[in-house]
Amino acid sequence: MTLIQIAWRNFCHRSLSSILTTLSLSLGVGLVVLVLSIYGVINEAFTRNASVGYNLVVGPKGSPLQLTLNSVFYLSQPIENLPYTEYMEFLPEAERQAIVSRFGGDSELGKRGGRYAPFIGDGFVIPLALGDYFGEFRVVGTTPLFFEKLRHGPTLEQKFTFSEGRAFLDFSEQHSYFEAVVGSRVAKEMNVGIGDEFFPTHGDPTGHGHDLGFTIVGIMDPTGTPNDRAAFVNLEGFYLMDGHAKPLEDETSQSNEELADIKSSEDVGERLAQRDDYRLLSIPAREVTSILIRTGDIMFAPGLQNTINEGIRSQAAAPVGEINKLMALIVGPLKNAILIITLITCFVAAVGILVAIYNSMNDRKRDIAVMRALGARRVTVTTIIIYESLLVAVIGALVGWILAHAAVSAYSGQIEDQTGVQVGFFTTSGNEIWILPLVILLALIAALLPAWSAYRTDVGSNLSA
Amino acid sequence: MLQVTNLVKNFSQPDGGSLKVLDIPNLSIEEGEQLALIGQSGGGKTTLLHLIAGLLTPDEGSIRINGTNLTRLSEQGRDRFRAGTIGYVFQTFNLLPAFTALENVRLGMTFGSGKAEGDRARDLLSRVGLAERANYRPSQLSVGQQQRVAIARSLAGSPRVLLADEPTANVDPVSAENVLNLICDTCREEKVAMLMVTHDLQIASRFQRVEKLSDLNQVGSSTNDS
Ligand SMILES: Nc1ncnc2c1ncn2[C@@H]1O[C@H](COP(=O)(O)OP(=O)(O)OP(=O)(O)O)[C@@H](O)[C@H]1O
Ligand SMILES: [Mg+2]
Repeated sequence: MTLIQIAWRNFCHRSLSSILTTLSLSLGVGLVVLVLSIYGVINEAFTRNASVGYNLVVGPKGSPLQLTLNSVFYLSQPIENLPYTEYMEFLPEAERQAIVSRFGGDSELGKRGGRYAPFIGDGFVIPLALGDYFGEFRVVGTTPLFFEKLRHGPTLEQKFTFSEGRAFLDFSEQHSYFEAVVGSRVAKEMNVGIGDEFFPTHGDPTGHGHDLGFTIVGIMDPTGTPNDRAAFVNLEGFYLMDGHAKPLEDETSQSNEELADIKSSEDVGERLAQRDDYRLLSIPAREVTSILIRTGDIMFAPGLQNTINEGIRSQAAAPVGEINKLMALIVGPLKNAILIITLITCFVAAVGILVAIYNSMNDRKRDIAVMRALGARRVTVTTIIIYESLLVAVIGALVGWILAHAAVSAYSGQIEDQTGVQVGFFTTSGNEIWILPLVILLALIAALLPAWSAYRTDVGSNLSA
Repeated sequence: MLQVTNLVKNFSQPDGGSLKVLDIPNLSIEEGEQLALIGQSGGGKTTLLHLIAGLLTPDEGSIRINGTNLTRLSEQGRDRFRAGTIGYVFQTFNLLPAFTALENVRLGMTFGSGKAEGDRARDLLSRVGLAERANYRPSQLSVGQQQRVAIARSLAGSPRVLLADEPTANVDPVSAENVLNLICDTCREEKVAMLMVTHDLQIASRFQRVEKLSDLNQVGSSTNDS
């Protein structure tokens, strides 16, 4: 018989106590693994979402973290708005000219290229307007560019796809400027489908409703990004909603009055008929909450960020950097605190091993003496005790690991729904490889006292007993 | 084969003094010889066996087995020596409860030189008539059966000397007879020198050579006489 077999027999012989100590250890290990897994999921969810194919978010001056949270994650309240001209600074002369002629505004704006345009190259610039809600979900006013340019997925190669329908158009014969696309969770939880119309509410989820409805033309496939829980509406339609135009005092107020005319009309049916006649807001009346930017050459991003941040009006934040800071500042220490608590659980379990084995030492003094009489050395009987503790450790660690991963994979559906992170039974977080050595070390320490007692066991006096 | 010379063993007493238990000028056993050792309770029989087995160290004198002076060996050396040379049968069997009969026998060769010859454990079990009980645990065996397992175990390591400490004391007379025959026959077959402690004169009478501890032990004669 090998020493391990002997240890295993002893383990089985004291099955109840062995199973209980093993179980308590496996619970400790399970908790540790669970904490690591959950942290891994949170970390991946945040980092993955922070990189949705753009490298900078531009918004009004203020906290870069808040800008990231509300523009990337659709969390937290938008700070303020930027004038549309700030957005135009990212566009080349030709595009600016087109904008001026389409919406109307200071013609000078169309006569030069945007200040930041050279940084963009063949990248993209996508404006966002936030502030409205559809149920509890954020309404994001943006342009069709959002669906055309942004990518997601682990390698950032996947385009947004639609489980039904299509991206909204800038203008359609059927719905004018009032098309919308909803994320997968929005569709599921608000129970809406293609062709349904919804009325965004203003300010917060319980705010008063706007009177203009958007027709859903597309439902996105789940992406595992915050976009799953957002409703996207055409920026032009968004501007036309009550209260979304920036109040103007100067000469352009005329167009605003015309707009007010349309809005004050009581006859909705009549208004629907004349949708095509909506007058789009002029440049001074437009505002954006933030701008998603990807520089054509990634090397330009830091330069652009500096240039923007040196200006007085806006700030540029790198979402990945902000999220890493957030993780390091809040989530990391929190994880460590929980981890310490769970490690203490393991430590307590190890003390349990010590107590269990040490308590059994009295019964086995005779066994040890007999083995010694059969020729076992002191070191041999000591080794058997250590093996026993190691058996508890290895089995406990294994069972704990399996329990935790079974739990994680049992909830993998929900986890994927909520975070987009795919976890399977064998998804391990980096630190898990330290668990087994750590538990083995704990078990060795726990075995020291019983092992020492085994080592000292006197043969003669314990044989005749 | 086995030579005990001027062996002295003292035990420290609860009151702090020391008590001389054994003082044996000479005792020798030849290869394959079978010797019954009789003596009063407390006379030091078990102590003598422990000394020969290397479980205790003498205060004076030497114990030579097969030319090896046990008293010169380190504790580790004695452990190794015991595993390869000495078989021990206890009065209380001392089977390990966590192990089956077969495993208990196997334990007898686990700690030796490692030359676990095929199915020696199984052979020994069938030799003591317990082939069918190989997978029983000690608690599932009768007392006589347990003692037979213990005998099989003591022989598992192919010892040259078998020490038996009142192996028949805890079994009924019929079993005692069987156990005795078993030990004697097996030792004869394997040419194992055997030293059996007993205080049953009936059993001692079955041996060609019988020694009284009090005759060998100078402590016994002096203290008992006074
Ligand atoms: N570890 C010890 N410490 C102190 N004294 C001991 C120790 N072991 C034995 N003795 C003493 O040595 C003497 C001999 O004991 P031993 O067990 O050898 O007797 P025995 O002849 O085997 O008796 P029995 O027939 O009752 O088994 C006893 O007086 C006992 O008290
Ligand atoms: Mg005795």
